[in-house]
Amino acid sequence: MDFNVIIDNLPFLMKGLFTSFQLAFFTIVLSLSLACLIAIGRISNKKYVRYPSAIFVNLLRSNPLILIVFWFFFLVPLITGRPLPAFGSVLIAFVVFFSAYFAEIVRSGIQSVGSMQIKAAQSTGLTYPQTMRLIILPQALKNMLPALVTECVIVFQGTTIAYIIGMREFLHSTSLVAERTIRPIELYLFAALVYLIICFTGTRIATLLEKKE
Amino acid sequence: MNYEFNWSMLLEEPYIDWIKEGLLNTVQLSLMAWFIALTIGILIGSIRMMKSPVLRFIGTFYVEIFRNIPLLVQLFIWFFVFPLLLPDDLMRAWNSLDGVPFLTALIGLSLFTAARVAEQIRSGITSIPKGQFNAAFSTGLNTFQTYRFIVIPYAFRIMIPAISSEFLTIFKNSALTLTIGVAEITAAATYIESDTFRGIEAYSVASLSYMFTTASVVIFMTWLENFLRIPGLIGKK
Repeated sequence: MDFNVIIDNLPFLMKGLFTSFQLAFFTIVLSLSLACLIAIGRISNKKYVRYPSAIFVNLLRSNPLILIVFWFFFLVPLITGRPLPAFGSVLIAFVVFFSAYFAEIVRSGIQSVGSMQIKAAQSTGLTYPQTMRLIILPQALKNMLPALVTECVIVFQGTTIAYIIGMREFLHSTSLVAERTIRPIELYLFAALVYLIICFTGTRIATLLEKKE
Repeated sequence: MNYEFNWSMLLEEPYIDWIKEGLLNTVQLSLMAWFIALTIGILIGSIRMMKSPVLRFIGTFYVEIFRNIPLLVQLFIWFFVFPLLLPDDLMRAWNSLDGVPFLTALIGLSLFTAARVAEQIRSGITSIPKGQFNAAFSTGLNTFQTYRFIVIPYAFRIMIPAISSEFLTIFKNSALTLTIGVAEITAAATYIESDTFRGIEAYSVASLSYMFTTASVVIFMTWLENFLRIPGLIGKK
């Protein structure tokens, strides 16, 4: 084994890792915002809001991420009339997919806050959106923090799927170097180690947050 | 949007055969992997609850390694790296096997999911009151017997929801094995799409298969959960 091959190609590999982080970051920020709206829709007492939100969540949660990526890769150019760069198409698929998972976490977070809080907040004259934003969501956020961190780790692991449609994220960069240098052992083990360190840190944080409560 | 639907082409040769083969592969792979993952997962999960620090460390080590490396990377390692690390004659024997992608996928999926199952098992066992262990020991059961007769049957029922959701996870995760050449249902959909440019029809078949299976498993597991509920524990109606 010759690990020099990794040092030689480090800048290229790190560029891939940066793309992975970018994809994970934008996915988390965008899908979490969308998820808050969906979660509020899921617990709404209006049927025409509750049912579509429930269908959206269950539809996405029963499909594999890779299939959702294929769907959007095919559908987006069809709708917009021109092909989108891989990053855009993957990001849309990821945001839609993970918003369903985040929505379930946010929903159980909201439901962990006592229902009397809503009544108390509204009796002070706050409107429903104000109650959600100022009273319920901040408390819910604290309760769901461990689950959110775990889900962020899953998002980061999920970015490897962008490899399949040819986006040059970390796994793809690794496989390109592995093919060019014919050193698959060193490179794939290195990739595994990098993912292990990052994701292990994430799961540790989640465990610590859980214990703190 | 300009798209003409042609659903009937899905029933034509050879597409209908691709779909059948894809479904068969997905179901076979997920069921076999789930079974292996449950076996290994129960073992690892129990090891993590033992008194011996060495055994506990092995259990924790396994879970952290297999849980924190993305499944796709693990599949690549089993597919590209593992055969290279074998001694020469073993490597030749491995490469001459039929269906190496399927076997690789089975190993990768099972070991990945076993780590998740082990976590579920551990939290299931931790949720059992300590008094149960003491009561079992006081009747003269040894550690193995306590787990075999008291803890596992008890914990298993508490964990049914988690274990069924692991089956659904494995079922969806099996789609990733298309990257190492397993012709499962998502792969079949992509073959049809690239052959006919009919993405909506092709991906609908795959999506509907996943949704149908998910719905069936959820319905069956809800029934099973009710059927096996421990009276007095989780409010049996």
